[in-house]
Amino acid sequence: MASANGYLREKIRWRALELVFWPATLLPFVVTPDYLSLASQIAITALFALSLDLILGYAGIVSLGHAAYFGTGAYTAGLLAKHYWSEPLAGLLVAGVAAGLVGYATSHIIVRFRHLALIMLTLGIGLLLAEAANSASWLTGGADGLQGIRMSPLLDFKFDLYGKTAYAYSLAVLFLCFLLARRVIHSPFGLALRGIRENAARMPAIGAPSRAHLRKAYTIAAVMAGIAGALLTHTTSTVSLETLSFERSADVLVILILGGAGRLYGGIVGAIIYMVARDQFSGMNPQYWYFWIGLLLITVVMLLPNGILGGLGALYKKSQ
Amino acid sequence: MLGSLAGVLFDGLAYGMLLFLLSVGLSVTLGMMNFVNLAHCSFAMVGGYVSVSLMNRFGWPFLATLPMAFLAAASVSVLLERGLYRRLYRASDLDQCLLTIGIVFVSIAAYAWLYGTEQQAVEGFPPYLRGSLQFMGINLAAYRLFLVLCGFLVTAILVASLEYTRFGAKVRAAVDNQRMARGLGIDVDRTFMLTFALGGGLAGLGGSLAIEMVGLDPGFALAYLVYVLIVVSVGGLGSIGGSFAAAIVLGISDMAGKYYVPWLGAFLIYLVMVGLLMWRPQGLFGKR
Amino acid sequence: MIRTLVVAAALALAFSAHAQKTVKIGVILPYSGQFADGAKQLDDAIKLYVKQHGDTVAGKKLEFVRKDTGGIAPAVAKRLAQELVVRDKVDILAGFLLTPNAMAAGDVSAEAKKFMVVMNAATSIITTKSPYMARTSLTTPQLNESLGTWAVKKAGIKSIYTMVSDYGPGHDAEQAFTAAFKVAGGTVFGSVRFPTANPDFAAFVQRAKDQNPEALYVWVPGGAQPAALGKALAERGIDARKTKVLGQLELADESARKAMGDVAIGIITAAHYDPNHDSKLNHEYVKAYNELAGRNPNFFATGGYDGMHLIYAALKKTKGKTDGASLIAAAKGMKWESPRGPVSIDPETRDIIQTVYIQRVEKVGGELKNVEIDKIPNVKDPVKEKMQK
Repeated sequence: MASANGYLREKIRWRALELVFWPATLLPFVVTPDYLSLASQIAITALFALSLDLILGYAGIVSLGHAAYFGTGAYTAGLLAKHYWSEPLAGLLVAGVAAGLVGYATSHIIVRFRHLALIMLTLGIGLLLAEAANSASWLTGGADGLQGIRMSPLLDFKFDLYGKTAYAYSLAVLFLCFLLARRVIHSPFGLALRGIRENAARMPAIGAPSRAHLRKAYTIAAVMAGIAGALLTHTTSTVSLETLSFERSADVLVILILGGAGRLYGGIVGAIIYMVARDQFSGMNPQYWYFWIGLLLITVVMLLPNGILGGLGALYKKSQ
Repeated sequence: MLGSLAGVLFDGLAYGMLLFLLSVGLSVTLGMMNFVNLAHCSFAMVGGYVSVSLMNRFGWPFLATLPMAFLAAASVSVLLERGLYRRLYRASDLDQCLLTIGIVFVSIAAYAWLYGTEQQAVEGFPPYLRGSLQFMGINLAAYRLFLVLCGFLVTAILVASLEYTRFGAKVRAAVDNQRMARGLGIDVDRTFMLTFALGGGLAGLGGSLAIEMVGLDPGFALAYLVYVLIVVSVGGLGSIGGSFAAAIVLGISDMAGKYYVPWLGAFLIYLVMVGLLMWRPQGLFGKR
Repeated sequence: MIRTLVVAAALALAFSAHAQKTVKIGVILPYSGQFADGAKQLDDAIKLYVKQHGDTVAGKKLEFVRKDTGGIAPAVAKRLAQELVVRDKVDILAGFLLTPNAMAAGDVSAEAKKFMVVMNAATSIITTKSPYMARTSLTTPQLNESLGTWAVKKAGIKSIYTMVSDYGPGHDAEQAFTAAFKVAGGTVFGSVRFPTANPDFAAFVQRAKDQNPEALYVWVPGGAQPAALGKALAERGIDARKTKVLGQLELADESARKAMGDVAIGIITAAHYDPNHDSKLNHEYVKAYNELAGRNPNFFATGGYDGMHLIYAALKKTKGKTDGASLIAAAKGMKWESPRGPVSIDPETRDIIQTVYIQRVEKVGGELKNVEIDKIPNVKDPVKEKMQK
């Protein structure tokens, strides 16, 4: 047991690269102050991808319906701001709780399945929720999106056109959630999750309650996805059905795989590369940029298996 | 009342056949070969555009374009299999997913560039496939009858050739246990290529048959992806018959649901899928 | 310290003097994804207008920055609008095919006080989002209320069955048509809504047919669905020449007619533009558009073409001043002859006032065309008209 704790302590130590990375996330304020709105949406997507990584990378739950929780958070934040309480920080918490409740409820179904059935059930639940939001247009505003959201300033900082407040806010929340995720996966609980991922049948034999663990992980991921959704609502004052859509679920999956699943930083790296590439390609060629982004994905798969971080890690090991 | 029930059953069967024809290629590539081929509908799109081009630009009759759609999509599959897919047979599902999504994106942009973004209209579609005939008070649309016919035909041919021919035995051996198959002297590499070509060709055929019902534009590669995944997963991996049964169940329940409880329309296909998968996670006829 | 400030100020002045010689227009459209074709139509019309009228207005050169939203994505549309304003320093926001995107960008127009021209999105309330916004396309109630009234008063239809897509735009259309139809004395005896993603209409059409309706009102989004629905009607033996089939223009636009074939004959639609409209200006426009784009312009194109006209005319009137207040003041009440007929911008609502045409699909010289059978001049957006009262 002592050695297991030693292993975890070794893992949780901050690496040099990490200590370079996080301060570097402040650079956009100075270097590219015109790109802060984009940076904010990248941070939000990174948080969403990080939440998917918790269940996909660490617990082996592949989901094509993760937008269900992102959208739940986004709509909760939007409805709260519209009808009751327009201060963002409280909205963030309420949205996280709401998404967590939906996540906990659905986790009872999800954790009983594996493989293709699991993927299709996440997809099905996501699509059912999206259709429900479309039907309940009296509540959600339906296809036109929820209108009339006016956010109060965040601790005296107004959400400005440049996106300064938006980026600072999104980045701070991303960092806090990242710390939490880091803590979780380097805990004995995180270790047990990886055990379940590798061999679900054997874990109960060594005393780890598989399904309860998976439910817990799934709920934590849902909370984080909900917080990401709420961030999007707060920083843009808009919510639409798109936050619940299959496309958003598929996008975040692509982003995580691109960056490298199961590596904590995979979602963040994936979000930066995918969204910057998308912004640049579509800026150059608004009609056919899909071609270049597709080519990017194909090239990455061919050269760097297991995503960018996975591939680079393997290359690094080989070079040593 | 009875007449309308029979009508709904027939329409549902035909809709199911449409779903089946669109997805049967995927039950070969994903179902039998275990490759997460999200680019399935891109191959279907190849078939669709070949059919439309042959009809509109060269005046070919619709039926004659069907084999060409199959062949064109199969050839494209062979090229991609040799160049890309083959290297990922042993990669993780996630990498396969990323590759094929990449292919989907490229195909959407390529077709938008080649054919424009507009809906492709078929000129000179044979009149005998439009219109409908009355049979014992039931309205049978000609094209729906044709789809049902095609569905049964494709199933019969596939089941017969995969179950009872030498090629079929090789495919099953190669898919089930590559090493053992190699040991028996089967050219696994070649078998995989041919199987993949079969999957791609079937996708092309399905795409070409679907145009009359669902139209065709570059978005096709993504628009029907969810439907084909539903059919294959509900049917069960590795079973053509499973896909066939699943498509019929989904088609009829969707049609009946929309007819009798229309306000549930949008939810139906997903509800049926969730219910069936919770009951049988491995799919109706799935082995794994 | 003071010297650096002076230098900086001088530089800024020099820069702004340079910037004053150009007018930057940010165009936000869904160039990729599900709505790419509409965006292409509209964008080609913008290019045509610039080609025909030159890229210099009131002594200033126009520059365009085009941005893709990739579909319905208000968060993206809002970010793009923000970036266009703060980074690209655009003077005018234009484009906007989709309602949620237009509403989100409207916030930016209001906050940054930028002139914004909505060239397609058709939900009535959009223009209330920003006082610097004008619209050159249509509002859904504009067409559908006109059609509802016309159906009773001119076509003598007494009862009707409605079928619409089950989402925002479909609900708006249904509501507008139904309200006007009832006010005029008709009865709606049945209705059904179909899911937005719906590859097969058989079940819904069968339901309608069981009721044996005198007439049908249909609303589906443009793209693949009008043709699929038309074919489903024909399959069930609903002949638009006998059972009247009414709808908004997408139902019988060019691609829908081509895919449907002769089945389309008899479908009646309310439209604010059709390439078959008979005027000298329109013939020239259709010809020029064909030379540029290789196909006929549709309503997306014409919304963009008139949007460009409004931008040019407003800039001329302000003598090149580009602030939002001057441009919107110039745009209010602007009247001009469009390929679709006479149009003007309502000074109160900043929405377009135009003629609504009632047209029927007929075979003219072996080709299926929309033939005008009636027209209702000077139609305002009815929703805002009621709001004012």
